[in-house]
Order: sequence, then structure tokens, then C-alpha cells
Amino acid sequence: MSRVATLKINGQDVSGREDETILEVARENGIPIPTLCQIEGLSNVGACRMCLVEVAGISKLLPACTTRVAEGMDVRTESERLTHYRRMAVEMLFAEGNHICSVCVSNGHCELQGMAVALGIDHIHLPYLAPRRGVDASHERFTFDANRCILCTRCVRVCDEIEGAHTWDVMGRGVGSVVITDLNERWGDSPTCTSCGKCVQTCPTGALFIKGSAVGEMTKRNTFLTYIAQMRGNLK
Amino acid sequence: MNPEELHSLAEERREALDQFQHRVVVCTGTACQAAQSRKIIEALDGIVKERGINGRCTVSAGGCRGLCSAGPMVAVEPTDVLYQGVTPDDAASIIDSLESEPVKALTCDTSAPFFTRQKRVVLEYEGRLNPESIDDYIAAGGFSTFVRILTEMTSGDVIEQIRQSGLGGRGGAGYSTALKWSTVAKALGTTKYVICNGDEGDPGAFMDRSVMEDYPFKVLEGMMIAAFAVGAQEGFVYVRAEYPLAVKRLKQAIRQAEKYSLLGNNICGTSFSLKLDVRLGAGAFVCGEETALIASIEGKRGSPRPRPPYPAESGLWGCPTLINNVETYANVVPILREGAEWFAGIGTERSKGTKVFALSGAIVNTGLIEVPMGISLREIIYDIGGGIPNGRRFKAVQTGGPSGGCIPEQYLDMPVDYQSLAQVGSIMGSGGMIVMDESSCMVDVAKFFMEFCMTESCGKCIPCRVGTAQMYRLLDKISQGRARLQDLEVLEELCDMVKHTSLCGLGQAAPNPVLSTLRYFREEYLAHIVDHVCPAGVCKIAHEEIAL
Amino acid sequence: MTRKTIATVWLDGCSGCHMSFLDIDHRLLDLADMIELVYSPLVDRKDFPESVDITLIEGSVSNQADLDKIRHIRAHTRTLISLGDCAVTGNVPALRNTIGAEPVLQRAYMEPDLLNAQIPTVGVPPLLPVVRAVHTVVRVDVFIPGCPPSADTIFNALSDLLNDRQPSVAGKTRFGA
Repeated sequence: MSRVATLKINGQDVSGREDETILEVARENGIPIPTLCQIEGLSNVGACRMCLVEVAGISKLLPACTTRVAEGMDVRTESERLTHYRRMAVEMLFAEGNHICSVCVSNGHCELQGMAVALGIDHIHLPYLAPRRGVDASHERFTFDANRCILCTRCVRVCDEIEGAHTWDVMGRGVGSVVITDLNERWGDSPTCTSCGKCVQTCPTGALFIKGSAVGEMTKRNTFLTYIAQMRGNLK
Repeated sequence: MNPEELHSLAEERREALDQFQHRVVVCTGTACQAAQSRKIIEALDGIVKERGINGRCTVSAGGCRGLCSAGPMVAVEPTDVLYQGVTPDDAASIIDSLESEPVKALTCDTSAPFFTRQKRVVLEYEGRLNPESIDDYIAAGGFSTFVRILTEMTSGDVIEQIRQSGLGGRGGAGYSTALKWSTVAKALGTTKYVICNGDEGDPGAFMDRSVMEDYPFKVLEGMMIAAFAVGAQEGFVYVRAEYPLAVKRLKQAIRQAEKYSLLGNNICGTSFSLKLDVRLGAGAFVCGEETALIASIEGKRGSPRPRPPYPAESGLWGCPTLINNVETYANVVPILREGAEWFAGIGTERSKGTKVFALSGAIVNTGLIEVPMGISLREIIYDIGGGIPNGRRFKAVQTGGPSGGCIPEQYLDMPVDYQSLAQVGSIMGSGGMIVMDESSCMVDVAKFFMEFCMTESCGKCIPCRVGTAQMYRLLDKISQGRARLQDLEVLEELCDMVKHTSLCGLGQAAPNPVLSTLRYFREEYLAHIVDHVCPAGVCKIAHEEIAL
Repeated sequence: MTRKTIATVWLDGCSGCHMSFLDIDHRLLDLADMIELVYSPLVDRKDFPESVDITLIEGSVSNQADLDKIRHIRAHTRTLISLGDCAVTGNVPALRNTIGAEPVLQRAYMEPDLLNAQIPTVGVPPLLPVVRAVHTVVRVDVFIPGCPPSADTIFNALSDLLNDRQPSVAGKTRFGA
């Protein structure tokens, strides 16, 4: 049994169980914290750094998705500094890949694009890296366009943790990192892929999409995650 | 093996060694081996046999003497003559002079400051032991501390000794070793692990390699004591695969210790059991970060995860895990043998003991040194290191590798300890010390380290993955003289963001080389940007109009 | 009240942003009282005026002529607006940045089975090796992303500027809108 802690988020008194994260308690109380790699129903990896928050008495910024609440904690989810860092992180993603929203299947339904709007980003002041990346259209129903991938690893996690296939994984290092199917074989040839499409539905951008989708047509449905996690008792 | 058996074994071995009037010890560290020291052993052996003195003289492999730049090194005992720059052709003259005056031309002056100004705790055996012989180590008193602790002390006693010694983690951050140990000891769980972090990856750092190569038994004994103190039953030495000699010797050492029942079940007839093994890193720098290292041992992709939970609470396969650096473990035996007070008497108020440094770059005596904490950089560089070669001027010294910073001349008299180094924008790090003279361009240096961080970033978190690439591009642009002043602003903005938002130490420290060079050598950046000149003449300046 | 001088310029784009500008419709008449359109693909003037209050740039900087033009325009404009994704991000023209200019020319001019296949060099400006967003070449004062930005967004931004307010497009448009 976890104990209950009382704490402050943005000056508001809230309470949470000590096995809950700052993000969970904030959301229960209607306090928004931006996230990109996090999605309810999958494990948290703390990779995108969008949910970093300030905690009084701790010099480092802490990811809300993996930091558990504690008695007497004083959390700030919004500040000029946090907004600046969040904008930088989103700009970094736009500069890193080849995100041409106007011709993307997820235009209008993309979490990265939405994050740019939410943070008021109207241009990218970092140099575009314009990497040369490929597209894998070998699967009969889905396509993977690495140009639009932000390496959130939701596909890797959903495939491993929910579907149990572990078709997806990450290869390479640094900006050369890329998600791959099996041992970097064509998706269409994958003997492990069950074609369940969970990766497509959890992908926050247009990197994974259903074939035949035209610009702006690819909407993602990931409510199944909450449902499955609840059925498995993984959600608190 | 019980304490009496160990004692008589040591006696036996010492007597066997005492039979020889002369013992010729040849360094077989990586640097000396690269300079043909194996051939020298063969040649010496040949001459000894030829002269028919193999009853009186023995030739054996030994460890590093520190002065790698003067290798291969050959020592003669018990007269303590040290030869440098030996070739196989010198074998005859060395052997023939055993009974008379040493060979003048080859003699290395051991009264030089390089030797006398050092304080050796980790490197206490000064390369005298054969790293491949457990008997040599036992003869020198090895494993007696472990056996004594096992039979006479409690876990709490050991941790208290370490606490009183003030030992701080030698991996770079100086975190209290005793605190770490007691956290693991207190952590709930019946299965616990000890890990030795031998994934030394900083450019210019070779302390841990040398310690693992020369004193594998001492590292193991430190781990064994730690395992006893925290209640671990299994442990791993994680070594990068680029250190084949260290891997070979550690594996050999574990096998030999198992043979003597110093490892295994119910060691010394007690209830303590321990199994140790070696795991190889596949070349990822980030696997020196403890959570990435643990993931790598588990067989997963070596990328870090957010802490807490710390490994002390949830580490290898979710069990409480003690993870210390090679040099930290190597300090354990001397502390428990000589006493915590003795150790605490070395060093400064807040940084206790000694530190091993790998001196390299623009310095006369390239090699491995061990000095008391609190010694000044000037003493290290000018007295021990012999100063800057070729009559050039000192410019900066880089400590802490890609996570550290460049320290300029004005701080040369600063004491070397964790706090002082942090104050001037660098870190102690694991002990790499790269000296740079006026022919180095600081923009180029920053670019070098940033390229290292960029290619070694695991790619998991955005700031480190993209930020290092962005910073590298900007530094490259600056070094080519194609940058504008706005680029410098963006560079500083990136440094701040990557430092404060990255997931692990690699990203958080990646901007340090840039920040410290900007702090002390800003005018060099401006020279590249405004005047399109590289003052040191290192960078290739693009003279055409800013290309698009 | 003196009317503000406005210029609109079209670099490497599809003219969609200009179409959206015209979509302001009847409100153009309101604007007409406040502005003087001094230079634009929509008016017949060949040289850029000495001094312009507001210049709207559509399109990315893709060739040498674009580069020369934008540098000249920046020097003679008080408020420079990047209008639309091509100007703001590089957008579709910048798709070629991953492979470079040469393969694009080869594909377009040499690979098709044409009579006298050749890459044109006379009378056309050479392509820059990399397609650039406008702000990476000159200073930009206002960004209006969108492909194209809606007529409302453009109208509101212009109205703000004409009334000496700093326009804010946050939340009203987005990349790809």
C-alpha cells in the first residue's frame, strides 16, 4: 500500500499516492503538462523532456512522467524557462527530421505540429539538418516514413509491451538513430510483425500511417491503450 | 582457503622469490607491449639461460611504471634500478651489469620529480607484480585484507571504515563511497549485485585500463570486500572490449581466485559466497553511465534511464546494485589494510586520498601518475610532467574528458580537488589530463569534444541527440570562419538548454568543453567569426563569401 | 493619414500564398484605403522601390536570383514578413535538401528521353546547393506560417501592422495549415 502525499502543483494543493508520478497527479487535477514520448498505457521513458518541471529545493529539472510525488513537494509546471526549453526541444525535432507538414498524411492531426502551435512556435531558428532518410512501404497495409519520425519509441514500446511481438527497436546512435523492424529488415518481410497496427495508431506523427491515406487523412486512434492497460490492471 | 593457508602460501612464494638474487621485471602494460616489451622478455630470458644464471636470476612480466613515454621500462630488483627505452638488443648489457654498475645510457633517474613527487596508493606496487600471477599478489600481502575482513569484521565495520576514510567515487563525481555502500547494504532484497565500471572512454584517459591490466587482483579484492559489505552474491566487471589485455588479465585473475577458493561458495568456510564475471562493452561511451551500463549487462540497448530509482535501490535486473569505478575499488584494500585515518590524512579537507591521472598532450612526461588530492596543476604539469616540450608556451589543460573543461594558465596554482575544479568550470572526471600549448586552437578543441559527444550520444533524449549535432555544426561553421555573431548566440543558447534538460550525464556535461573555452578563450571564437582568422593556425578558414 | 507602402514578392513558391492574400476579398477594399501596393507580381513595376514599409515574401530562397533579390529587398524594407511555409520553413522546395540540387536537375532534364537533353544554364539563375528559409538568409520581422496561411490570418496580421501593433499569429495558423 502506498501512502498518500500532499503537495503543491503551481501553488495549488493536491494529493496523490506516493507511487503516482507528478504527471499523473497533475492530470488528475486538470493541470496540463506537455508530453510527446509519454502515452497512457505504455511505460514511461523520460526521453522527450517536454514534461520537465521545476521542483523547489532541487536544482535539476525533473521529468514529470517518471518522477514520483512526495510529501511536501512544491512543483511548478510552467515558467518562462520551461517554456523556452520546451520550445527548443520542439524546434530541435523540426530541425532534425524532414517535417513537411503541408504534404503530410497527419497534417492537422499531428502531435508534433500541435505542440508547435501550443507553444507558439512560428518558425525554427535552429539550422535544419535535412538528413537523408528512407521510407519503408514494403508492408501491405502500412508505411513507415523515417523522415517524420521523432524517435519517441512509442511504436517500440507498444509492440513490445502490448502486442508482445517486439518487431520494432532502435538502431544506431545519436542523430543517426532510427527505428527498425526486426534486424533492420523490410517491414513487409517481417516474420514477427502481426500487422496489428498498434504502432501506427500510437505514432504521434505521420511517420507510421495506413496506406492510401492522403494529406491530412491519417487520424490516429489510441484509446485502445487505456482500455488494454485497464484490463491488465496496469493503470492505477 | 583459510587465513593460515593464505599466510603460508604467501610465505612460500616470498621464499621462492628470495632465492633469486636478481629479479628483472619488464613492463607489459599496453604502451610497453606496443613497444615490443614481450620481445625484450624473450631476449632477457635467452641471455639469462645463455649465461647459465637462471638459478640466480629471474625475468618476469610486470606492470606499468607510469612513464609510458620513456618505455619500454625494465626494472631490476632488489637494487631498484630502472631502465628506460630498452630494446631487445640491450638484454645482454642489462644482464651482464647485474653484479656491477647499471648500464648508464639506459638508466632512468628515479630521483626525478616524476617519481618522487607522486603518492602511490592505487599504484602502490609500482608495477613490480606479475599481473598474471595470483601467487605474486598473495606474496605481496594480497587477499589477506579480504580474508581478515571476512573472518573478523562485520559489514557495518567495513562501511564505517570506508566512511571514515572519506573515499569519494573516482568515476568523476566524487560521490561518497560509504554512502553508496550503505544504501545498497540497507536496500531491501536478497539478491544484490556489485559492478565494477571499467568502461573508461574519455579521449586521453587510460588510468582504469592500466589499473585493470596491472592490478587485476587488487580490483577484484576491492570488489570482494564491497560485495561482503553490501551483501551481494554476484558481480560483474564491465570492461570495454577495446581493452583486450585488461579483459584477458581480469578473466585470468577470476579463474585463479576461483581455483584458490577465494571466489565461489562459502569462501574461507564462512557463509559468504561470491561469483564474479567479466562483461564486455561493445564500444559505446554512454555505457559508462551507470544505468546504460546496467542495461548493457542485461543484454539490452545501452541507453540510460532517468534516475531515481538509483541502481542502489533498483539496478541490475531490478535488484539493488553497487556500482563503483575501477579506481574506487582499487582504493578499498589499502584503506582497510592501513586504516581509514591513514587514508584520510592524504589529500584535502573535502577530497581525501590520491587521484590517478593520465597525462597526455603537450607534455614531456606522458604517462600515468598518482598524486595526493590538493596538489596544484602547476606541480603536476611542470614538476611531475616535466613541462611543455619544444619551448612552447602552456595554454590550457583539459580535465574530465568530453564532460570536462579547459583550464587556463591563471588557475595553474589552484589545488586539484573536486570542488576547485568544478569552480573553474571543469570536473575531476575519471582522470584524463590533456595539456595543450599555444599551437592548439580552442575552437578546434571544443569542436573535437563536441564531435565525440555527438557520435557517442545514445539518441534517446532530444536535447542530447539533436543538441550535440546542432552545436557541432555551429562549431564547425565557426572554425571555418563562416559563422556570424548570431551563431555564437545560438551556440550559447544550445549549451544552456542541453546542459539543463538532457536525460543523463553525457548530455548534461556535453556543453562543458564549449562553455569553458567560451569563458576563457572567447577572443579566439571572435577571431574566427569577426576577423576570419584562426589565431593558432589550426583551422582551415574558408575565404570565399559565406556559402549558402 | 499617410498610407503605408506594401510590397509582395514571390520567390520559390507556388503562388498559393498570393491567392490566399487575394482571398481577403471585399476586405481588400478596407485595406486599400490604408495601403499603397507599390511592388508585386500583381502590379506592373519591374524595380523594387527605394523604401517600402511592409514586404510580404512568399517562397523559399532556392536560386541565386532569389538570394540577390531578398538581400536587396531586406535593405529597402522596414518590416519584412515571411508569408507561408515556403518562406518560413523551406517547405516543399526544401524537399530536395536531402539529396542536393544536382540530382534534381538530372532527374528533371537528363533522365527523361528528350531530344537534345541538357540542363539549362543560359537565362536562368543557378540553383543554390541548399534551399533556405528566408530568415536563414536575412533578418525577418514577422512569421506567418501556413500552406497557405488563411486569408483571415493574413488580413489580421496586416491590420495589426497597419495599426502599429506587433501581429501575433500564435494559435491562428500552423505549419502546413
